[in-house]
Amino acid sequence: MSLLAVDGVVVGYGAMDVLHNVSIEVNPGEIVSIIGPNGSGKSTLMKAIFGLLKPKQGAVLFNGDDITGLPPHKVVRRGLCYVPQAENVFLSLTVQENLEMGGFILNGGVRERAELVYGLFPDLKGAQHKRVGRLSGGQRQMVALGRSLMLEPRLLLLDEPSAGLSPIYVDSIFQRVLEINQSGVTILIVEQNARKALSISHRAYVLAAGENRHQGPAADLLANEEVRRAYLGG
Amino acid sequence: MAELVVFGLILGSIIALGAIGLSLTYGILRFANFSHGDLMTLGAYTAFLVVSNLGASGGRIGPLSFGWPMVLAFFAAMAVAGAVAMAADRLVYQRLRRRRISPIMLAIASLGVAIMVRSVIYMAWGGDFRFYTDALRPAMLLPLGIRLRPDEVFVFGMAAGLVLLVYLFLERTRMGKALRATADNPDLARISGIDTERMILWVWAIGGGLAAMAGVLLGIESQLRPEMGWSFLLPLFAAVLLGGIGNPYGALVGGLTIGVAQQVSTYFLLPTYKPAVAFAILILVLLFRPRGIFGSRYGY
Repeated sequence: MSLLAVDGVVVGYGAMDVLHNVSIEVNPGEIVSIIGPNGSGKSTLMKAIFGLLKPKQGAVLFNGDDITGLPPHKVVRRGLCYVPQAENVFLSLTVQENLEMGGFILNGGVRERAELVYGLFPDLKGAQHKRVGRLSGGQRQMVALGRSLMLEPRLLLLDEPSAGLSPIYVDSIFQRVLEINQSGVTILIVEQNARKALSISHRAYVLAAGENRHQGPAADLLANEEVRRAYLGG
Repeated sequence: MAELVVFGLILGSIIALGAIGLSLTYGILRFANFSHGDLMTLGAYTAFLVVSNLGASGGRIGPLSFGWPMVLAFFAAMAVAGAVAMAADRLVYQRLRRRRISPIMLAIASLGVAIMVRSVIYMAWGGDFRFYTDALRPAMLLPLGIRLRPDEVFVFGMAAGLVLLVYLFLERTRMGKALRATADNPDLARISGIDTERMILWVWAIGGGLAAMAGVLLGIESQLRPEMGWSFLLPLFAAVLLGGIGNPYGALVGGLTIGVAQQVSTYFLLPTYKPAVAFAILILVLLFRPRGIFGSRYGY
């Protein structure tokens, strides 16, 4: 059974629909990427899965349970975590406090869990008590990832984790995503850096104008002439 | 002059208490709550209700003008103002929030709540001045020729203690941190598992409770009248803006500054110009440091 199934969702703001009948599936252990041009509805899909937007039609199933329209603070208790593309850290809180908020729903063990995250991102350990607003973009992205790992999620939603980062950080972030996946976390990733995303993914979906356009194993999409021309820059 | 500075710090501690609550509610709800002053008045009159019914039985605490019933009155005042603030949220603000209404409309709605609260106070107690005690309240002579009533020392100590409690709550407790997280980034807070609607109730309880205490302390320091909180809004907003809107620690410094500025101004100006001083500071801040002296949100 798939871990996440999005079944024919229609999502919009007011009268305008951004997603028309989009369906995706994520199986346990996979990295699945969603690629597509700007404005194709990738981020909207993530928000709809996490309850920040309510689908007008269709369903979101997690582990077989219907979580369609469940508010975000309840979705997170099901074992999903989400790193939005922008504003994905609490700027006025310290690094440590950001991690504590990531573990807000835990009953104890927050400290131990934070130590594990510091083990994954040693750079953050030294900046523990700094306000995140004072950190560099790359470090903030690590805080954002770290916050989402406080709960040992079963499924991690990443929205453009490499956006706006320098190339060194981009490679390091993708490396971390692979490591996180190898530790047993299933990952759904939205990326504008499509080639990089496909290179670490098992499967992928191409969204265009709010509709499913292509889908399949990442290697097949990388080899597909039409996908290469339209979405991978040749 | 030294005496005026001390008086200023006492007044400033009351302004700070009110301003911290106002800044906290702004940080979470993003609108200027014009009913904050009337929550102060409500707290002051709730305490009056308790003290005037129990007052005679309590005697006095040391050199202070009031007895143990006042301690009970503190809790009653905080509970009533906090509960009214939470009820107003459920009956008014939450409904408007769900319609994604603009902050201006929410502020206007809070003006309506303010008038309702004040009207109830007028109906229940009338427009006359009231005092918690009619006993004489002699001043003590302190070094530097400063004359202070024991009550005023208590007011400052109580306000300082409450500010410290708020600080510890915000910095050390899980709920306090969640409150700051919600003020910082509500969507990310929800994604992290924080029920932001619950945080809103918390902030009303805390903001209302602090306003109530500011009202009672103002009543102890001077007297009660139905307009006391409403006319206190100007220094409150000046303090909030001076400290950076949404920044509770800035509101503390802002409150003390406004208090001292108002009192010291009486050295040069007639006391009736005190509100004008707060207004002048408000305008100067808006002109030259619109984000306050520390910037908004804890100054990162």
